[in-house]
Amino acid sequence: MNALRKHVIQPILDCWSLLVGLKITGKYFCKPLITVHYPRQVIDSENLSTYGGHVELVGMPKDPAMPKCISCMMCVTNCPSNCLKVVKSKPPATTPEQEQAWKEAEERGEKVVRPKAPKQPTKFMYDYTLCSLCGTCIDNCPVNTLRFSSNIYWVATSRKEMHIDLLARLREQAAEVSASAPKPEARPAAAQKEA
Amino acid sequence: MNEFIQNLIPLVVAVVGSMAWLAVNALVLVYCERKFAGHIQRRPGPFEVGPHGVLQTLIDGLKLMGKQLLTPDNADRFLYWLAPILSMIPVLLLFMPIPYGPVLTGMEVDLGLLLILAFSSFNGLALILAGWGSNNKWGILGAARAVAQTVAYEIPLLLTVLAIAFMTGTLNLTEITAQQAGHIGNWFIWKQPLAFIIFIVAMFGETNRAPFDLAEAESELTAGFHTEYSSMGFGLFFMAEYGYMVVICSICSVLFLGGFHGPIPGIEGWWWMLIKTYALLFLMIWARWTFPRVRFDQLLNINWKWLLPLATFNLLATALIMKL
Repeated sequence: MNALRKHVIQPILDCWSLLVGLKITGKYFCKPLITVHYPRQVIDSENLSTYGGHVELVGMPKDPAMPKCISCMMCVTNCPSNCLKVVKSKPPATTPEQEQAWKEAEERGEKVVRPKAPKQPTKFMYDYTLCSLCGTCIDNCPVNTLRFSSNIYWVATSRKEMHIDLLARLREQAAEVSASAPKPEARPAAAQKEA
Repeated sequence: MNEFIQNLIPLVVAVVGSMAWLAVNALVLVYCERKFAGHIQRRPGPFEVGPHGVLQTLIDGLKLMGKQLLTPDNADRFLYWLAPILSMIPVLLLFMPIPYGPVLTGMEVDLGLLLILAFSSFNGLALILAGWGSNNKWGILGAARAVAQTVAYEIPLLLTVLAIAFMTGTLNLTEITAQQAGHIGNWFIWKQPLAFIIFIVAMFGETNRAPFDLAEAESELTAGFHTEYSSMGFGLFFMAEYGYMVVICSICSVLFLGGFHGPIPGIEGWWWMLIKTYALLFLMIWARWTFPRVRFDQLLNINWKWLLPLATFNLLATALIMKL
């Protein structure tokens, strides 16, 4: 009896699952499409915000053209694909007279504050042909100056175009934002001056 | 002589008509299949060529014709090129005895059902020639599978058809349709429900369609028997596959769904046949994009352990009831 149930009755009952399968695909057939016809439609901002494109720099809140980057090289050290290249700023050039004056001051026992190099990098190059979009640089950045861009429709026709200067990109973005927005900060500043 | 010509002209018209019908069906069905697959997976399917991509299959056909015909090294040239032709030609003959409408019958044959079953078996031969002739391991594996499968699934198919023949006492498809005239209750699906189910399952096996498309299982055999075929060599196999689908669905609607008779008495015509055939074709397409491919032992188990005993039982029961 057990064998009958296992080999005869159960398979017949299992045929029900075929209808269940047909019902599922039939249901999906009637649902609206979820793909986007790119040239005619674009992705809505809700889906765009979750898109992880290439890496880009985040500007400072007050000066969006300047990155928050402190040139600590954590991103470069941790990048498994070696696709980031950061060049630190050099301290400002000094004249021999200044050097002489500081030396003398040090000999006198005074505290000398030599001009330090600015924290911002002079170059932040990114090779998208090598990047595997692992996000390790973003996770390791101590000042959160890196993020995935939402640059979804970006197309490059050569390898050279895929070597992105992130600092230049940040400046362009800041210029675009300031050009498109009616500068809400500029007016209060002008009003303050008048007052 | 005059009479001979009078008989010949309708026959030529029928052959040309079925050629056109086959080609149009292949184009329409490929498009429908791709659209259906797309919508089941919630994407649009072909969309760019023509409005909603309706010209896509036409362009694909032109592309296939424009490709080079290649014969692999060490292939048996004769068998290799015989196979696609042998696969295609019988399909044209198969449309002849099918009554598409009250007057729309290519050729009324007393043994129409037998003719169809006999000539559709040519496809098995064509597949094995293709696999053997192309000197390719995938080809020969696909051919071996195709033959084991079509030979096995032909038996339950024949047995169910035989049950209908027992009931009607004829193999003439026009006569079988005529016996289902009247309202929907006269259709043989109500008298032979088991045979209908067996026919539907065997139909998938016989036409090498998913979930029984073991002969061309892409994941295992690249493309099975037509791995080496390029251009219209492949195109002919492709068209023949859709041709066999149309034929077997037409036969199914003639045998079980009343052919060109409508569900309500009075209205009959070729459009009923078209609707029923296409409903069955859509069922085949729907099943293809729903069920995963079965394993080969499962495929043969379904046939030998289920379909064959059930079909035999059905036949014996039919014979008994008819005798009483």
